[in-house]
Formats: sequence, structure tokens, C-alpha cells
Amino acid sequence: MPLYVMMIPCALYLLINNYVPMAGIIAAFKSFKATEGLLGSPWVGWRNFEYLFKSNDMMIIIRNTMLYNVAFILVNNVIGIIIAIMITNVKSKRYQKFYQSSVLLPFTMSMVVISYVVFAFLSQQNGMLNNSIFQSNPIQWYNDPTWWPLILTLVQCWKYVGYGILIYIAGISVIDKSLYEAASIDGAGAWKQITRITLPSLMPAIITLFLLSIGRICYSDFGLFYLIPQNSGPLFNVTATIDTYVYSALMSPGGIGRSAATGLMQAVVGFVLVLGANGLVRRLSSRDAMF
Amino acid sequence: MIDNRIQQFIMNGILMLIAIAMIAPLLLLFISSITDEKALVANGYSYFPETLSIGAYTYIADNSEMIFSAYGITILVTLIGTFIGLIITAMMSFALSVRGVPGTSIISFLVFFTMLFNGGLVPSYIMWTSLGVVNTIWAYVFPFLLTNAFNIILIRSYFATNIPNEIYESAKIDGAGYYRIFATMVLPLGKPILVTIGLFTGLNYWNDWQNGLYFITQPDMLSIQALLNKMNQNIQAVISYTSVSSSSAATIPHVSIRMAIAFVAILPILAMYPFLQKYFASGIMGGAVKG
Repeated sequence: MPLYVMMIPCALYLLINNYVPMAGIIAAFKSFKATEGLLGSPWVGWRNFEYLFKSNDMMIIIRNTMLYNVAFILVNNVIGIIIAIMITNVKSKRYQKFYQSSVLLPFTMSMVVISYVVFAFLSQQNGMLNNSIFQSNPIQWYNDPTWWPLILTLVQCWKYVGYGILIYIAGISVIDKSLYEAASIDGAGAWKQITRITLPSLMPAIITLFLLSIGRICYSDFGLFYLIPQNSGPLFNVTATIDTYVYSALMSPGGIGRSAATGLMQAVVGFVLVLGANGLVRRLSSRDAMF
Repeated sequence: MIDNRIQQFIMNGILMLIAIAMIAPLLLLFISSITDEKALVANGYSYFPETLSIGAYTYIADNSEMIFSAYGITILVTLIGTFIGLIITAMMSFALSVRGVPGTSIISFLVFFTMLFNGGLVPSYIMWTSLGVVNTIWAYVFPFLLTNAFNIILIRSYFATNIPNEIYESAKIDGAGYYRIFATMVLPLGKPILVTIGLFTGLNYWNDWQNGLYFITQPDMLSIQALLNKMNQNIQAVISYTSVSSSSAATIPHVSIRMAIAFVAILPILAMYPFLQKYFASGIMGGAVKG
């Protein structure tokens, strides 16, 4: 009995924070009026969805969300694995520690602060780049969409790659050391050891992480796409994602229905993808499956 | 495996460059904050400013009650949120880790299901707004951040693997109830994971700006991150609101002050970083190894 009592606060929280909003997905089928509340607002069927698919925005935000995710998955994992292999091969423990802690530093910074850091580089008037490298022909960074796919990928990688590096370092640290010893006695060089021992041993972790991120491919980091481009209109085509759209629709007059409809689609597709990805992980290596 | 001294040297060189790339952007934030306003306007943000000045910091110290109050709100919210979150998560995890309690598999599933599906932003927004959190500190504490399935599962598996269930049996024979077992045995034995999760939760609260964006409209209720976000959108309005003196907006060192406020916001993280990163690293690696 006391055990059930101890579950109550947390269960109550999950009920309010997670389960009640799940029921609230009916907002996607309503024309929401704040005065009448969610339950009292009139039903409108699929009209919110029809409205969505008539606009061009839908294609843009779906495209951006998915393509950025693909880019992030590739860049983070490739760079993460390379750096992790390098760090674990450093002889000096003190240097290893230093590299590990420096790559994790950006991870602990809030996206707002990072948007200030990025602003210090890119600000049209005062930015470091326009005042040094691009002094002769300054770039209107916040109005010119050209560079943003690269900028967002860089910022994202800078903030999150440390997390992946630590996961891969953990993966490498459990590889049996005698494999390497045997390999070098047999005359295998560093490159051979990496491609024949390290990478194959990491494969389960790589595949699992990869599939799990595929499961989250229709979610984006709201802060990254909303704060870093400073919500700049001319950049919409290359910086808008499903999550920034959900927020801006929610805040625009009469946009709640649209926002809820987009959010619902995201949640449903996300649910299907997570189930699918997990099913695949379970087939490949059941130990790594989430459920 | 990379034994050659030249190879080690090259690898350390590359890793050192990576470490610098990780730290350098934050250094620009700091240097900008201590650069003289005139030098900033003339030369932009720079690693090598012409004149240094602590003008931005003295301005903050003299003028902005609001920055102090925002800081206070952030500290308060971080403490309250981490404390409540950790307690309810630990209780739930403990209850779920005791073997042979009827109903725990259903509850575990319901906890886990929150990771797979969610109602999206709109229902959550409508619900928390109607619960009256708007413009109170509870708007920062309750929505989204208090606990999550991932933390519950992580702590439960730590309890389950590190605290043998037999201890509970013998404690019960000695007449200790589950509350006492939880307080005197589980919490001390689970300290490593609880500290790790507590630090992650605390960092999330410290860095959170989204709840401020969604639920706070009154300027005097902004947390430090939410204030930074508001300043991003309209620095003049916020600064003229915050300044006690009636100095005109033109005389305010706003180019450097924004960087100074951002730096003040990350100062506690930087100060605690050696300690934080140890637990984060073990948390990330531990979660990864267990899968």
C-alpha cells in the first residue's frame, strides 16, 4: 500500500502533463474559442487539416524538418565517432579528460545564450565576421538564406556532438583490449584496427542510435530553429520546421486549429516511426531495443 | 593502438583544435561583454578589442533591478523544480523497482507510453493556461520539465540492479515500513544516480526559456533565460523598462550589455562545470551502456 501512495505524485503529474493533453488532440478538429473552452468549442471536422494542405508552408516545413534531421544524424554520428576514436587513443589521461570536458561544454548552454553567441558572429552591423573576414563585402546574414543550412548544421553539431562523443567513448571503452593486442601482434596497423575492431564493435550502438533518431525525424529542436535565426522572415524557407510552425501558428490569431492539426500529425507520424524503428532495432539486436 | 609518437602528436594537435573550437565561441561572448561600448560600435564584436571596459557590468549592477529579479526567479525555479522533480521521480522509481507488487507492469507501461506519444504543444498550452499558471513561478516549474519517463526508467533500473530486493525483505522483518526504507536506505544507496538526474533536471530548469515564452507576459516575472529571449526580440524596450534611471535608450551600452547579461546567465554553469561534467559524462555513458 505505501508503495502505491509513493507513486501518486508522479502518476498525477504524468496524468496532467502527458495524458490530459493526449485527450486534448481533439483541438485539431475544433474551432477553438478561448471563451468557450476546449470542450465547448464547435467541431469543424477535418477543416483545419484541409487548410494546412492548401498552403505551401506545409511542404516547406516537412522538407526542412526531415532534411535537417538527416544532415544532423550524418554529421553528428560521423564526427562523433571520429572524435571518440581519437580521444580514446590519446595516451595521456589528463588530455583525454580535457578533450572530453571541452566537447561537452556547449551541451550545457541554453539555446538562448547560444543565439547570442551566434549573433556576436553574424550580426550585420557589429558581428565579428562582417567586421573581419567579410569587411569588404559584408553579408546580410539574417536576411540572406544562402548560408543558413550550413550555419544551423554547424551550431547544432557544436552543441550536441559532445553528447554523441561520450556515448561512443562509452561504447569503445567496453571493447575487449586483448583484441587490439592480438591484432597488433599479427601486424595490423592503426587503420586496420579501427576498421576491423573498433567500428564493427560499435555497429550495434551506431545502428540503434541511427534508428532511434529516424524515429524522431519529424521532430526538430524548436530553440535551434526559432532562436538562432532570430525568427527572421526572409529566412523562413530554410529555417522553418514543424515545431517553429506549430508555435507561430499557435501565437497567430485564429491559428490554434492549424497549430493543433500540425502537432497531431507530427505526433501520429512520430508514433508510427518510433514503433517501426524499434521493431527494426529489435530484429537487428534485441538487446538494444527500447521495448 | 596508435603508439607512434608522431601520430600521437598530430592527433593531440587536432583534438586541441577541436577543443578550442568548442570553447572559443563562448570566449567571444565573454570578451564582447568586457569590451568598451565605443570600440564595439566602431569595430564590432572581436576577440582582440581595442579597449576593455567593465561598463556593461557596472550598468547591470547599477540599473537593472529586473535582471536581479529574473536571476532570482531562475534560482528559485531551479531549486523548487529540481527538488520536487527528484523526490517524485525517486518515489515512483522505487515503487516500480520493488518486485512482486501487483499492477506495476501496467504502470510501467503507462509511464513508458509517454515517451512514444504526446498531445503536442496546443493541448498542453491550453491546459496549463486554464490551470492558471500564467505569470506565476509555477509556469516555470510544472509544464514539461518536472519529470519524464526517461528519468523514471533510468533511476528504476539503477535501484533494481544496485539495491537487492532482499534488503527490503529483511528491513520489513525488522519492522521498517516502505517509507522508512525509502528514506534511510534507498535514497542514500541511490545517491550517484539521483545526483546525476538531479543535475540534469537542474540544468534543464536553469536553461529553460520556452515556458517563459509560452506562459509569461508580465516583464517582472521573466526568468533570466526568458528575459534574454525577450531582449533578443526587442532590446531597447526591455532595457528602457529595466533601467531605473531615466537615461535615454541611446546612452545605454546595449551592444555590450546584452552579451554581459548572457554571460551572467551562464556563469553558474561555468563555475560548477568541473563538477557537472563529471556527473554528466557518467550519466550519458551509463545510460548508453545500459541501453
